Amino acid sequence: MSRRGVFSRTALVLGLVFLYVPILSMIVYSFNNSRLVTVWDAAHSPSLKWYGVLFSDGQVLDAAWLSLRVAVCAATVSTALGTLAGTALARFGAFRGRSLLVGMTTAPIVMPEVISGLSLLLLFVALQQAIGWPRGMGALTITLAHISFCMAYVTVVIQSRLAGFDESLEEAAQDLGARPAKVFWRITLPLILPAVLAGWLLAFTLSWDDLVISQFVAGPGSSTLPMVIFSKVRLGVSPDVNALATLMVSVVASGVVVAMVWMRRRQRRRERDMQLAAATNL
Amino acid sequence: MQQPVRHAGRRLVAGIPALWLAVFFLIPFLIVLKISFSEARLAIPPYAPLITWLHGLPIPNIHLSSYAYLFTDPLYLRSYLYSIMVAAVSTLMCLALGYPMAYAIARAGEAWRTFLLMLIVLPFWTSFLLRVYAWIGLLQNDGLVNDVLLRLGLIHHPVTLLQTNFSLYIGIVYSYLPFMILPLYANLEKHDTALLEAAADLGARPLTAFLRVTLPQSLPGIAAGSLLVFIPAVGEYVIPTLLGRTDQIMIGRMLSDEFFDNRDWPVASAVAILILLLLVVPIVLLQRVERREREAET
Repeated sequence: MSRRGVFSRTALVLGLVFLYVPILSMIVYSFNNSRLVTVWDAAHSPSLKWYGVLFSDGQVLDAAWLSLRVAVCAATVSTALGTLAGTALARFGAFRGRSLLVGMTTAPIVMPEVISGLSLLLLFVALQQAIGWPRGMGALTITLAHISFCMAYVTVVIQSRLAGFDESLEEAAQDLGARPAKVFWRITLPLILPAVLAGWLLAFTLSWDDLVISQFVAGPGSSTLPMVIFSKVRLGVSPDVNALATLMVSVVASGVVVAMVWMRRRQRRRERDMQLAAATNL
Repeated sequence: MQQPVRHAGRRLVAGIPALWLAVFFLIPFLIVLKISFSEARLAIPPYAPLITWLHGLPIPNIHLSSYAYLFTDPLYLRSYLYSIMVAAVSTLMCLALGYPMAYAIARAGEAWRTFLLMLIVLPFWTSFLLRVYAWIGLLQNDGLVNDVLLRLGLIHHPVTLLQTNFSLYIGIVYSYLPFMILPLYANLEKHDTALLEAAADLGARPLTAFLRVTLPQSLPGIAAGSLLVFIPAVGEYVIPTLLGRTDQIMIGRMLSDEFFDNRDWPVASAVAILILLLLVVPIVLLQRVERREREAET
Protein backbone atom coordinates (compact mmCIF):
# COMPACT_ATOMS: atom_id res chain seq x y z
CA MET A 1 0.00 0.00 0.00
CA SER A 2 1.29 3.44 -0.85
CA ARG A 3 2.32 5.84 1.87
CA ARG A 4 -0.58 8.10 0.92
CA GLY A 5 -3.00 5.21 1.42
CA VAL A 6 -1.66 4.68 4.94
CA PHE A 7 -1.89 8.39 5.72
CA SER A 8 -5.48 8.84 4.55
CA ARG A 9 -6.63 5.63 6.24
CA THR A 10 -5.08 6.70 9.52
CA ALA A 11 -6.85 10.06 9.21
CA LEU A 12 -10.12 8.23 8.54
CA VAL A 13 -9.80 6.05 11.62
CA LEU A 14 -8.81 9.00 13.83
CA GLY A 15 -11.63 11.09 12.38
CA LEU A 16 -14.19 8.37 13.12
CA VAL A 17 -12.86 8.03 16.67
CA PHE A 18 -13.22 11.81 17.01
CA LEU A 19 -16.83 11.60 15.78
CA TYR A 20 -17.88 8.71 18.01
CA VAL A 21 -16.00 9.09 21.31
CA PRO A 22 -18.28 11.88 22.59
CA ILE A 23 -21.41 9.87 21.80
CA LEU A 24 -20.01 6.71 23.39
CA SER A 25 -18.89 8.62 26.48
CA MET A 26 -22.45 9.89 27.03
CA ILE A 27 -23.80 6.36 26.75
CA VAL A 28 -21.27 4.97 29.23
CA TYR A 29 -21.71 7.75 31.78
CA SER A 30 -25.50 7.50 31.60
CA PHE A 31 -25.12 4.24 33.58
CA ASN A 32 -22.84 5.85 36.17
CA ASN A 33 -24.29 6.02 39.65
CA SER A 34 -22.19 8.98 40.77
CA ARG A 35 -23.53 12.53 40.75
CA LEU A 36 -20.05 13.69 39.74
CA VAL A 37 -20.50 12.98 36.10
CA THR A 38 -16.93 12.17 35.23
CA VAL A 39 -16.08 10.06 38.26
CA TRP A 40 -16.99 6.44 37.68
CA ASP A 41 -18.64 5.01 40.79
CA ALA A 42 -17.47 1.41 40.31
CA ALA A 43 -19.20 0.09 43.44
CA HIS A 44 -22.74 1.03 42.39
CA SER A 45 -22.52 1.14 38.61
CA PRO A 46 -23.90 0.30 36.13
CA SER A 47 -27.15 1.71 37.38
CA LEU A 48 -30.36 2.98 35.83
CA LYS A 49 -30.67 5.75 38.40
CA TRP A 50 -30.52 8.65 35.91
CA TYR A 51 -33.15 7.02 33.70
CA GLY A 52 -35.42 7.02 36.73
CA VAL A 53 -34.62 10.67 37.41
CA LEU A 54 -35.32 11.50 33.79
CA PHE A 55 -38.72 9.81 33.70
CA SER A 56 -39.88 11.47 36.90
CA ASP A 57 -38.94 14.95 35.64
CA GLY A 58 -42.26 16.52 34.64
CA GLN A 59 -40.60 19.43 32.86
CA VAL A 60 -38.64 17.09 30.58
CA LEU A 61 -41.68 14.94 29.84
CA ASP A 62 -43.89 17.97 29.03
CA ALA A 63 -41.19 19.38 26.78
CA ALA A 64 -40.71 16.04 25.01
CA TRP A 65 -44.47 15.81 24.38
CA LEU A 66 -44.55 19.35 22.95
CA SER A 67 -41.50 18.62 20.76
CA LEU A 68 -43.10 15.42 19.48
CA ARG A 69 -46.35 17.15 18.51
CA VAL A 70 -44.53 20.03 16.85
CA ALA A 71 -42.16 17.71 14.97
CA VAL A 72 -44.96 15.47 13.63
CA CYS A 73 -47.00 18.47 12.41
CA ALA A 74 -43.98 20.33 11.02
CA ALA A 75 -42.61 17.22 9.26
CA THR A 76 -45.98 16.38 7.69
CA VAL A 77 -46.77 19.87 6.38
CA SER A 78 -43.21 20.55 5.25
CA THR A 79 -43.06 17.20 3.41
CA ALA A 80 -46.27 18.08 1.53
CA LEU A 81 -45.00 21.58 0.64
CA GLY A 82 -41.48 20.35 -0.14
CA THR A 83 -42.81 17.61 -2.43
CA LEU A 84 -44.78 20.22 -4.38
CA ALA A 85 -41.77 22.52 -4.63
CA GLY A 86 -39.38 19.69 -5.54
CA THR A 87 -41.76 18.44 -8.25
CA ALA A 88 -42.11 21.95 -9.69
CA LEU A 89 -38.33 22.47 -9.76
CA ALA A 90 -37.49 19.06 -11.24
CA ARG A 91 -40.35 18.65 -13.73
CA PHE A 92 -41.74 21.99 -14.91
CA GLY A 93 -38.68 23.11 -16.88
CA ALA A 94 -38.25 26.87 -17.03
CA PHE A 95 -41.15 28.85 -15.59
CA ARG A 96 -41.63 32.39 -14.40
CA GLY A 97 -40.35 32.81 -10.85
CA ARG A 98 -38.32 29.61 -10.96
CA SER A 99 -35.08 31.26 -9.84
CA LEU A 100 -36.96 33.00 -7.02
CA LEU A 101 -38.28 29.61 -5.86
CA VAL A 102 -34.77 28.10 -6.11
CA GLY A 103 -33.36 30.94 -4.03
CA MET A 104 -36.10 30.73 -1.41
CA THR A 105 -35.69 26.95 -1.03
CA THR A 106 -31.88 26.93 -0.78
CA ALA A 107 -31.28 30.04 1.32
CA PRO A 108 -32.95 28.75 4.54
CA ILE A 109 -30.49 25.81 4.58
CA VAL A 110 -27.39 27.98 4.92
CA MET A 111 -29.00 30.86 6.81
CA PRO A 112 -27.61 31.31 10.35
CA GLU A 113 -30.33 30.19 12.72
CA VAL A 114 -30.24 33.37 14.81
CA ILE A 115 -31.26 35.35 11.75
CA SER A 116 -34.10 32.99 10.79
CA GLY A 117 -35.32 33.01 14.39
CA LEU A 118 -35.20 36.78 14.74
CA SER A 119 -36.90 37.43 11.40
CA LEU A 120 -39.72 34.95 12.09
CA LEU A 121 -40.38 36.40 15.53
CA LEU A 122 -40.52 39.91 14.06
CA LEU A 123 -42.97 38.61 11.43
CA PHE A 124 -45.23 37.10 14.09
CA VAL A 125 -45.15 40.33 16.12
CA ALA A 126 -46.00 42.37 13.01
CA LEU A 127 -48.84 39.96 12.10
CA GLN A 128 -50.23 40.17 15.62
CA GLN A 129 -50.31 43.95 15.43
CA ALA A 130 -51.86 43.97 11.97
CA ILE A 131 -54.45 41.17 12.07
CA GLY A 132 -54.37 39.83 15.62
CA TRP A 133 -53.09 36.42 14.54
CA PRO A 134 -51.27 34.29 15.77
CA ARG A 135 -52.47 34.91 19.30
CA GLY A 136 -49.41 34.76 21.50
CA MET A 137 -46.27 32.72 20.94
CA GLY A 138 -46.31 28.99 21.54
CA ALA A 139 -46.78 25.62 19.85
CA LEU A 140 -48.38 27.23 16.78
CA THR A 141 -45.62 29.74 16.09
CA ILE A 142 -42.90 27.11 16.72
CA THR A 143 -44.59 24.77 14.24
CA LEU A 144 -44.98 27.48 11.58
CA ALA A 145 -41.30 28.42 11.97
CA HIS A 146 -40.15 24.79 11.74
CA ILE A 147 -42.23 24.11 8.61
CA SER A 148 -40.44 26.94 6.83
CA PHE A 149 -36.88 25.70 7.30
CA CYS A 150 -37.73 21.97 7.10
CA MET A 151 -39.46 22.32 3.73
CA ALA A 152 -36.24 23.64 2.21
CA TYR A 153 -34.47 20.37 3.07
CA VAL A 154 -37.40 18.23 1.85
CA THR A 155 -37.41 20.16 -1.45
CA VAL A 156 -33.73 19.32 -2.03
CA VAL A 157 -34.29 15.62 -1.24
CA ILE A 158 -37.32 15.32 -3.56
CA GLN A 159 -35.75 17.36 -6.35
CA SER A 160 -32.57 15.31 -6.45
CA ARG A 161 -34.56 12.06 -6.38
CA LEU A 162 -36.74 13.22 -9.29
CA ALA A 163 -33.66 14.35 -11.21
CA GLY A 164 -32.31 10.80 -10.76
CA PHE A 165 -34.81 9.09 -13.10
CA ASP A 166 -36.20 10.16 -16.45
CA GLU A 167 -39.71 11.24 -17.27
CA SER A 168 -40.51 8.45 -19.75
CA LEU A 169 -42.96 6.63 -17.44
CA GLU A 170 -44.83 9.82 -16.67
CA GLU A 171 -44.89 10.78 -20.35
CA ALA A 172 -46.17 7.31 -21.31
CA ALA A 173 -49.03 7.61 -18.82
CA GLN A 174 -49.85 11.05 -20.13
CA ASP A 175 -49.84 9.79 -23.73
CA LEU A 176 -52.31 7.11 -22.67
CA GLY A 177 -54.64 9.89 -21.57
CA ALA A 178 -54.01 10.14 -17.81
CA ARG A 179 -54.56 13.60 -16.35
CA PRO A 180 -51.56 15.28 -14.66
CA ALA A 181 -52.98 14.78 -11.17
CA LYS A 182 -53.53 11.08 -11.86
CA VAL A 183 -50.02 10.74 -13.30
CA PHE A 184 -48.66 12.25 -10.13
CA TRP A 185 -50.62 9.99 -7.75
CA ARG A 186 -50.21 6.75 -9.73
CA ILE A 187 -46.71 7.10 -11.22
CA THR A 188 -44.59 9.88 -9.74
CA LEU A 189 -45.51 9.54 -6.08
CA PRO A 190 -44.94 5.76 -5.85
CA LEU A 191 -41.56 6.23 -7.56
CA ILE A 192 -40.41 8.93 -5.15
CA LEU A 193 -42.00 7.38 -2.07
CA PRO A 194 -38.63 6.46 -0.48
CA ALA A 195 -37.50 10.07 -0.93
CA VAL A 196 -40.78 11.34 0.55
CA LEU A 197 -40.25 9.10 3.61
CA ALA A 198 -36.61 10.18 3.89
CA GLY A 199 -37.69 13.80 3.62
CA TRP A 200 -40.30 13.34 6.37
CA LEU A 201 -37.74 11.71 8.68
CA LEU A 202 -35.18 14.43 7.98
CA ALA A 203 -37.76 17.14 8.65
CA PHE A 204 -38.86 15.38 11.85
CA THR A 205 -35.26 15.19 13.08
CA LEU A 206 -34.52 18.82 12.23
CA SER A 207 -37.65 20.01 14.02
CA TRP A 208 -37.09 17.73 17.02
CA ASP A 209 -33.50 19.03 17.37
CA ASP A 210 -34.04 22.71 16.73
CA LEU A 211 -33.06 25.01 19.56
CA VAL A 212 -32.23 28.48 18.28
CA ILE A 213 -35.27 29.21 16.12
CA SER A 214 -37.61 27.76 18.76
CA GLN A 215 -36.04 29.96 21.42
CA PHE A 216 -36.97 33.06 19.44
CA VAL A 217 -40.57 32.13 18.61
CA ALA A 218 -41.57 30.04 21.65
CA GLY A 219 -42.79 32.70 24.02
CA PRO A 220 -42.62 32.36 27.79
CA GLY A 221 -45.09 29.51 28.38
CA SER A 222 -43.84 26.77 26.08
CA SER A 223 -40.48 25.02 26.09
CA THR A 224 -39.40 22.38 23.61
CA LEU A 225 -37.10 19.54 24.64
CA PRO A 226 -33.91 21.15 23.26
CA MET A 227 -34.78 24.34 25.16
CA VAL A 228 -35.04 22.41 28.43
CA ILE A 229 -31.79 20.54 27.71
CA PHE A 230 -30.02 23.79 26.87
CA SER A 231 -31.05 25.49 30.09
CA LYS A 232 -29.88 22.41 32.03
CA VAL A 233 -26.47 22.09 30.37
CA ARG A 234 -25.69 25.82 30.39
CA LEU A 235 -25.18 25.35 34.11
CA GLY A 236 -22.76 22.47 33.55
CA VAL A 237 -22.97 18.73 33.02
CA SER A 238 -26.14 17.08 34.18
CA PRO A 239 -26.19 13.26 34.38
CA ASP A 240 -29.85 12.77 33.42
CA VAL A 241 -29.08 14.49 30.10
CA ASN A 242 -26.69 11.58 29.41
CA ALA A 243 -29.58 9.17 29.90
CA LEU A 244 -31.74 11.21 27.54
CA ALA A 245 -28.96 11.28 24.94
CA THR A 246 -28.55 7.50 25.18
CA LEU A 247 -32.27 6.97 24.57
CA MET A 248 -32.25 9.29 21.57
CA VAL A 249 -29.12 7.72 20.07
CA SER A 250 -30.57 4.20 20.43
CA VAL A 251 -33.80 5.21 18.68
CA VAL A 252 -31.86 6.75 15.78
CA ALA A 253 -29.38 3.86 15.54
CA SER A 254 -32.10 1.21 15.46
CA GLY A 255 -34.05 3.28 12.92
CA VAL A 256 -31.02 3.42 10.66
CA VAL A 257 -30.39 -0.33 10.98
CA VAL A 258 -34.03 -1.08 10.10
CA ALA A 259 -33.87 1.29 7.12
CA MET A 260 -30.63 -0.31 5.88
CA VAL A 261 -32.00 -3.85 6.14
CA TRP A 262 -35.21 -2.78 4.38
CA MET A 263 -33.31 -1.08 1.57
CA ARG A 264 -30.96 -4.01 1.09
CA ARG A 265 -33.94 -6.40 0.92
CA ARG A 266 -35.66 -4.13 -1.63
CA GLN A 267 -32.46 -4.02 -3.66
CA ARG A 268 -32.13 -7.82 -3.59
CA ARG A 269 -35.76 -8.30 -4.61
CA ARG A 270 -35.30 -5.89 -7.49
CA GLU A 271 -32.17 -7.75 -8.66
CA ARG A 272 -34.00 -11.08 -8.45
CA ASP A 273 -36.96 -9.70 -10.42
CA MET A 274 -34.62 -8.39 -13.08
CA GLN A 275 -32.86 -11.76 -13.35
CA LEU A 276 -36.25 -13.49 -13.61
CA ALA A 277 -37.36 -11.06 -16.30
CA ALA A 278 -34.13 -11.64 -18.20
CA ALA A 279 -34.53 -15.41 -17.89
CA THR A 280 -38.13 -15.43 -19.16
CA ASN A 281 -37.15 -13.24 -22.08
CA LEU A 282 -34.65 -15.79 -23.32
CA MET B 1 -59.76 21.73 -22.30
CA GLN B 2 -56.61 19.89 -21.18
CA GLN B 3 -54.17 22.79 -21.51
CA PRO B 4 -55.81 25.38 -19.18
CA VAL B 5 -56.47 22.75 -16.52
CA ARG B 6 -52.86 21.67 -16.70
CA HIS B 7 -51.60 25.20 -16.41
CA ALA B 8 -53.82 25.99 -13.47
CA GLY B 9 -52.61 22.79 -11.79
CA ARG B 10 -48.98 23.66 -12.39
CA ARG B 11 -49.50 27.14 -11.07
CA LEU B 12 -50.88 25.66 -7.86
CA VAL B 13 -48.06 23.12 -7.48
CA ALA B 14 -45.37 25.81 -7.76
CA GLY B 15 -47.47 28.59 -6.24
CA ILE B 16 -48.41 27.08 -2.88
CA PRO B 17 -44.84 26.48 -1.63
CA ALA B 18 -43.70 29.78 -3.18
CA LEU B 19 -46.44 31.64 -1.34
CA TRP B 20 -45.53 29.93 1.94
CA LEU B 21 -41.86 30.84 1.57
CA ALA B 22 -42.70 34.40 0.57
CA VAL B 23 -44.73 34.87 3.75
CA PHE B 24 -42.44 33.00 6.15
CA PHE B 25 -39.02 33.65 4.64
CA LEU B 26 -38.93 36.68 2.33
CA ILE B 27 -41.24 39.11 4.13
CA PRO B 28 -39.58 38.47 7.52
CA PHE B 29 -36.29 39.70 6.04
CA LEU B 30 -37.90 42.88 4.80
CA ILE B 31 -39.24 43.41 8.33
CA VAL B 32 -35.74 42.92 9.80
CA LEU B 33 -34.38 45.42 7.27
CA LYS B 34 -37.12 47.90 8.15
CA ILE B 35 -36.61 47.62 11.91
CA SER B 36 -32.84 48.03 11.56
CA PHE B 37 -33.55 51.57 10.32
CA SER B 38 -36.04 52.49 13.02
CA GLU B 39 -35.51 54.17 16.31
CA ALA B 40 -35.56 52.18 19.55
CA ARG B 41 -38.14 53.30 22.12
CA LEU B 42 -39.62 52.02 25.32
CA ALA B 43 -42.87 50.54 24.12
CA ILE B 44 -44.42 47.34 22.84
CA PRO B 45 -43.02 46.62 20.28
CA PRO B 46 -39.82 48.46 21.27
CA TYR B 47 -39.25 50.40 18.04
CA ALA B 48 -40.78 53.45 16.38
CA PRO B 49 -42.60 53.25 13.03
CA LEU B 50 -40.55 54.28 9.98
CA ILE B 51 -43.23 56.63 8.72
CA THR B 52 -45.53 58.73 10.87
CA TRP B 53 -48.48 60.64 9.50
CA LEU B 54 -48.96 64.28 10.35
CA HIS B 55 -52.07 66.05 8.94
CA GLY B 56 -52.21 63.47 6.16
CA LEU B 57 -48.55 63.94 5.23
CA PRO B 58 -45.98 61.14 5.62
CA ILE B 59 -43.06 62.09 7.85
CA PRO B 60 -40.11 59.74 7.41
CA ASN B 61 -38.53 58.59 10.59
CA ILE B 62 -35.49 56.72 9.27
CA HIS B 63 -32.51 56.33 11.55
CA LEU B 64 -29.02 55.03 10.95
CA SER B 65 -28.24 55.16 14.67
CA SER B 66 -28.17 51.34 15.07
CA TYR B 67 -25.55 50.98 12.36
CA ALA B 68 -23.59 53.97 13.66
CA TYR B 69 -23.59 52.38 17.09
CA LEU B 70 -22.26 49.08 15.71
CA PHE B 71 -19.49 50.73 13.75
CA THR B 72 -18.29 52.89 16.61
CA ASP B 73 -18.42 50.28 19.36
CA PRO B 74 -15.06 48.45 19.38
CA LEU B 75 -16.64 45.57 21.29
CA TYR B 76 -18.93 44.89 18.37
CA LEU B 77 -16.23 45.25 15.71
CA ARG B 78 -13.99 42.86 17.62
CA SER B 79 -16.76 40.28 17.85
CA TYR B 80 -17.40 40.62 14.09
CA LEU B 81 -13.74 40.02 13.25
CA TYR B 82 -13.45 37.26 15.84
CA SER B 83 -16.40 35.41 14.26
CA ILE B 84 -14.79 35.60 10.81
CA MET B 85 -11.49 34.34 12.21
CA VAL B 86 -13.08 31.46 14.13
CA ALA B 87 -15.13 30.41 11.08
CA ALA B 88 -12.09 30.60 8.78
CA VAL B 89 -9.78 28.64 11.10
CA SER B 90 -12.46 25.99 11.75
CA THR B 91 -12.98 25.64 7.99
CA LEU B 92 -9.25 25.03 7.45
CA MET B 93 -9.20 22.49 10.29
CA CYS B 94 -12.24 20.68 8.83
CA LEU B 95 -10.48 20.62 5.46
CA ALA B 96 -7.23 19.27 6.90
CA LEU B 97 -9.06 16.41 8.64
CA GLY B 98 -11.91 15.94 6.16
CA TYR B 99 -9.89 15.76 2.95
CA PRO B 100 -7.86 12.61 3.83
CA MET B 101 -11.02 11.05 5.31
CA ALA B 102 -13.04 11.67 2.13
CA TYR B 103 -10.07 10.43 0.10
CA ALA B 104 -9.83 7.17 2.05
CA ILE B 105 -13.59 6.56 1.71
CA ALA B 106 -13.54 7.27 -2.04
CA ARG B 107 -10.70 4.74 -2.50
CA ALA B 108 -12.26 2.05 -0.29
CA GLY B 109 -14.03 -1.02 -1.70
CA GLU B 110 -17.69 -0.81 -2.75
CA ALA B 111 -19.12 -2.50 0.35
CA TRP B 112 -16.93 -0.51 2.74
CA ARG B 113 -17.84 2.77 1.08
CA THR B 114 -21.57 2.56 1.93
CA PHE B 115 -20.81 1.56 5.49
CA LEU B 116 -18.22 4.33 6.02
CA LEU B 117 -20.51 6.97 4.53
CA MET B 118 -23.25 5.82 6.88
CA LEU B 119 -20.85 6.27 9.81
CA ILE B 120 -20.13 9.83 8.65
CA VAL B 121 -23.82 10.72 8.24
CA LEU B 122 -25.14 8.96 11.35
CA PRO B 123 -24.08 11.61 13.92
CA PHE B 124 -25.95 14.16 11.81
CA TRP B 125 -29.20 12.35 12.71
CA THR B 126 -28.59 12.56 16.44
CA SER B 127 -29.16 15.74 18.37
CA PHE B 128 -26.65 18.45 17.57
CA LEU B 129 -27.12 20.03 21.00
CA LEU B 130 -26.43 16.76 22.83
CA ARG B 131 -23.30 16.07 20.79
CA VAL B 132 -21.93 19.51 21.65
CA TYR B 133 -22.89 18.95 25.28
CA ALA B 134 -20.88 15.70 25.32
CA TRP B 135 -17.71 17.74 24.88
CA ILE B 136 -18.35 19.60 28.15
CA GLY B 137 -18.02 16.28 29.96
CA LEU B 138 -14.92 15.32 27.99
CA LEU B 139 -13.07 18.64 28.26
CA GLN B 140 -13.79 19.80 31.79
CA ASN B 141 -11.00 19.78 34.36
CA ASP B 142 -11.82 16.30 35.70
CA GLY B 143 -13.01 15.10 32.29
CA LEU B 144 -11.86 12.22 30.14
CA VAL B 145 -9.30 14.18 28.07
CA ASN B 146 -7.47 15.56 31.11
CA ASP B 147 -7.69 12.14 32.74
CA VAL B 148 -6.01 10.43 29.79
CA LEU B 149 -3.32 13.12 29.50
CA LEU B 150 -2.56 12.84 33.25
CA ARG B 151 -2.31 9.07 33.11
CA LEU B 152 -0.02 9.21 30.10
CA GLY B 153 2.19 11.55 32.10
CA LEU B 154 1.98 14.23 29.43
CA ILE B 155 0.71 16.76 31.97
CA HIS B 156 0.98 16.89 35.75
CA HIS B 157 -1.98 19.16 36.53
CA PRO B 158 -5.32 19.32 34.78
CA VAL B 159 -5.29 21.87 31.96
CA THR B 160 -8.16 24.29 31.44
CA LEU B 161 -9.64 23.23 28.13
CA LEU B 162 -13.24 24.39 28.41
CA GLN B 163 -14.25 27.94 27.46
CA THR B 164 -11.11 28.46 25.42
CA ASN B 165 -10.51 28.91 21.70
CA PHE B 166 -9.44 25.26 21.69
CA SER B 167 -12.77 23.91 22.92
CA LEU B 168 -14.63 26.25 20.57
CA TYR B 169 -12.67 24.91 17.57
CA ILE B 170 -13.18 21.31 18.71
CA GLY B 171 -16.93 21.91 18.92
CA ILE B 172 -17.23 23.55 15.51
CA VAL B 173 -14.96 21.06 13.70
CA TYR B 174 -16.79 18.18 15.36
CA SER B 175 -20.23 19.47 14.37
CA TYR B 176 -19.45 20.53 10.81
CA LEU B 177 -16.96 17.83 9.71
CA PRO B 178 -19.63 15.81 7.82
CA PHE B 179 -20.52 18.94 5.79
CA MET B 180 -16.91 19.04 4.60
CA ILE B 181 -16.54 15.30 3.95
CA LEU B 182 -19.71 14.70 1.90
CA PRO B 183 -19.12 17.18 -0.98
CA LEU B 184 -15.42 16.23 -1.04
CA TYR B 185 -16.32 12.56 -1.25
CA ALA B 186 -18.87 13.23 -4.01
CA ASN B 187 -16.11 14.93 -5.98
CA LEU B 188 -13.24 12.50 -5.28
CA GLU B 189 -15.37 9.46 -6.04
CA LYS B 190 -15.87 10.62 -9.65
CA HIS B 191 -12.13 10.91 -10.38
CA ASP B 192 -10.74 8.73 -13.10
CA THR B 193 -7.83 6.70 -11.69
CA ALA B 194 -6.48 6.29 -15.24
CA LEU B 195 -5.12 9.82 -15.00
CA LEU B 196 -3.14 8.91 -11.87
CA GLU B 197 -1.83 5.77 -13.51
CA ALA B 198 -0.78 7.81 -16.52
CA ALA B 199 1.04 10.23 -14.25
CA ALA B 200 2.79 7.32 -12.53
CA ASP B 201 3.72 5.80 -15.90
CA LEU B 202 5.25 9.11 -16.89
CA GLY B 203 7.42 8.89 -13.78
CA ALA B 204 5.51 11.20 -11.38
CA ARG B 205 6.00 10.35 -7.74
CA PRO B 206 2.76 9.78 -5.76
CA LEU B 207 2.99 13.16 -4.03
CA THR B 208 3.59 14.97 -7.32
CA ALA B 209 0.73 13.08 -8.96
CA PHE B 210 -1.54 14.05 -6.07
CA LEU B 211 -0.57 17.72 -6.20
CA ARG B 212 -0.74 17.99 -9.99
CA VAL B 213 -3.69 15.71 -10.79
CA THR B 214 -5.99 14.92 -7.83
CA LEU B 215 -5.85 18.22 -5.96
CA PRO B 216 -6.68 20.51 -8.91
CA GLN B 217 -9.57 18.24 -9.92
CA SER B 218 -11.00 18.30 -6.41
CA LEU B 219 -11.07 22.11 -6.12
CA PRO B 220 -14.88 22.32 -6.64
CA GLY B 221 -15.34 19.82 -3.79
CA ILE B 222 -12.99 21.80 -1.57
CA ALA B 223 -14.88 25.00 -2.37
CA ALA B 224 -18.32 23.48 -1.69
CA GLY B 225 -17.23 21.84 1.55
CA SER B 226 -15.44 24.94 2.84
CA LEU B 227 -18.41 27.19 2.13
CA LEU B 228 -20.81 24.72 3.77
CA VAL B 229 -18.69 24.91 6.94
CA PHE B 230 -17.81 28.62 6.86
CA ILE B 231 -21.30 30.03 6.28
CA PRO B 232 -23.11 28.45 9.26
CA ALA B 233 -20.01 28.71 11.50
CA VAL B 234 -19.96 32.53 11.25
CA GLY B 235 -23.40 32.85 12.83
CA GLU B 236 -23.04 29.88 15.20
CA TYR B 237 -24.80 30.39 18.54
CA VAL B 238 -24.99 27.11 20.46
CA ILE B 239 -21.34 26.00 20.26
CA PRO B 240 -19.76 29.31 21.42
CA THR B 241 -22.33 29.59 24.19
CA LEU B 242 -21.59 26.12 25.58
CA LEU B 243 -17.90 25.69 24.74
CA GLY B 244 -16.52 29.13 23.83
CA ARG B 245 -14.73 31.87 25.72
CA THR B 246 -16.72 34.05 28.08
CA ASP B 247 -14.59 37.18 27.46
CA GLN B 248 -15.03 37.14 23.68
CA ILE B 249 -18.42 36.41 22.18
CA MET B 250 -19.28 35.59 18.58
CA ILE B 251 -21.64 37.62 16.46
CA GLY B 252 -24.59 35.20 16.65
CA ARG B 253 -24.50 35.44 20.43
CA MET B 254 -24.24 39.22 20.11
CA LEU B 255 -27.48 39.31 18.12
CA SER B 256 -29.27 37.13 20.62
CA ASP B 257 -28.01 39.17 23.61
CA GLU B 258 -29.04 42.48 22.01
CA PHE B 259 -32.49 41.06 21.40
CA PHE B 260 -33.22 39.14 24.61
CA ASP B 261 -31.09 40.89 27.24
CA ASN B 262 -30.94 44.51 26.02
CA ARG B 263 -34.31 44.32 24.24
CA ASP B 264 -32.85 46.53 21.54
CA TRP B 265 -34.67 45.27 18.45
CA PRO B 266 -33.23 47.84 15.98
CA VAL B 267 -29.63 46.99 16.95
CA ALA B 268 -30.34 43.22 16.84
CA SER B 269 -31.84 43.70 13.36
CA ALA B 270 -28.84 45.74 12.24
CA VAL B 271 -26.53 42.94 13.45
CA ALA B 272 -28.59 40.46 11.40
CA ILE B 273 -28.28 42.64 8.29
CA LEU B 274 -24.50 42.95 8.74
CA ILE B 275 -24.12 39.16 9.16
CA LEU B 276 -26.11 38.74 5.94
CA LEU B 277 -23.92 41.27 4.11
CA LEU B 278 -20.89 39.28 5.24
CA LEU B 279 -22.46 36.04 3.99
CA VAL B 280 -23.88 37.24 0.66
CA VAL B 281 -20.63 36.62 -1.23
CA PRO B 282 -20.01 33.11 0.19
CA ILE B 283 -23.67 32.11 -0.38
CA VAL B 284 -23.62 33.27 -4.03
CA LEU B 285 -20.28 31.45 -4.50
CA LEU B 286 -21.75 28.27 -3.01
CA GLN B 287 -24.74 28.36 -5.35
CA ARG B 288 -22.43 28.88 -8.32
CA VAL B 289 -20.15 25.97 -7.32
CA GLU B 290 -23.11 23.64 -6.77
CA ARG B 291 -24.71 24.59 -10.08
CA ARG B 292 -21.45 23.97 -11.93
CA GLU B 293 -21.00 20.56 -10.26
CA ARG B 294 -24.56 19.60 -11.23
CA GLU B 295 -24.01 20.70 -14.83
CA ALA B 296 -20.75 18.72 -14.97
CA GLU B 297 -22.72 15.60 -14.05
CA THR B 298 -25.30 15.88 -16.82
